[in-house]
Amino acid sequence: MADVFLPASAEELPALLERLTSAAPHTQALDLRFEGVRARAVRLRLPWREDLCGGQDRILAGGAVTALLDHCAGLSVWADMGGYAPIATLDLRIDYLRAADPGGDLLAEALCYRRTRSIAFVRATAFASTPDEPVAAVQAAFALGAATSPDTAADRS
Amino acid sequence: MSDRTLDAFVDQTPYARFLGVTFTEDEQGVLGRLPVAPHLIGNPMIPALHGGAVSAFLELTATAQLWRAGAGSPRPINLTVAYLRAGRGGREVLARAHVKRSGRRIANVQVEAWQDSASRPIALLHAHFMVD
Repeated sequence: MADVFLPASAEELPALLERLTSAAPHTQALDLRFEGVRARAVRLRLPWREDLCGGQDRILAGGAVTALLDHCAGLSVWADMGGYAPIATLDLRIDYLRAADPGGDLLAEALCYRRTRSIAFVRATAFASTPDEPVAAVQAAFALGAATSPDTAADRS
Repeated sequence: MSDRTLDAFVDQTPYARFLGVTFTEDEQGVLGRLPVAPHLIGNPMIPALHGGAVSAFLELTATAQLWRAGAGSPRPINLTVAYLRAGRGGREVLARAHVKRSGRRIANVQVEAWQDSASRPIALLHAHFMVD
């Protein structure tokens, strides 16, 4: 189980989360930006870009919104743990509530609202300007102490 | 939009080109292909694909299948993705979508993604789309 745990103090946590935002090639390609952590809630930004749109309407693709929320949700688990440990997304449900603004950035905010020894539960939303008008809502569960090799625990079948 | 080919779908979907997704079609329907590409990696230590890239690929495969079935402009309402195994970097991912119900306005679609063998899926998607 979760043998690896790299704790971070409250002062170190934002820098750790910022590194974990940009450490992955995929989040670099998306240009995800860490916007801060407050009361364990993590905020990320997905800057608008034409090649991330779903069609000819200049609206960010559903898949880009999912990637933003998936990553933000994972960061919120580390924020709740106060450090880094291997985790794996078990499942993620997303409701697309309204179209994003054409040509507009998206923000995401995620909070890990319940964590057991083995599972973390997260709620997250994506929005353009105010969280009161969410573009998408996510509910996700993560396995903690997940295998860091695909050929070990996560792959038992 | 009269050109209903899979090439036209990819042409009109910038995010599919960003990921590098391609589609072919056979008697079983659309086969989606997520290529080996460095920018899809989420965990460079393993290396494993980013869950967001896998999920987006599944959603695009569902959309392509609905597109070929003649749905107007499929727009996702909601979806659930379950991750069964880590997606390994350095290997392509394949996916097939199954339209379970296609009504006048709403379609229900399931998608499976795998790497080595279709009997060992790495992720499953269940989604609803507006198709009017």
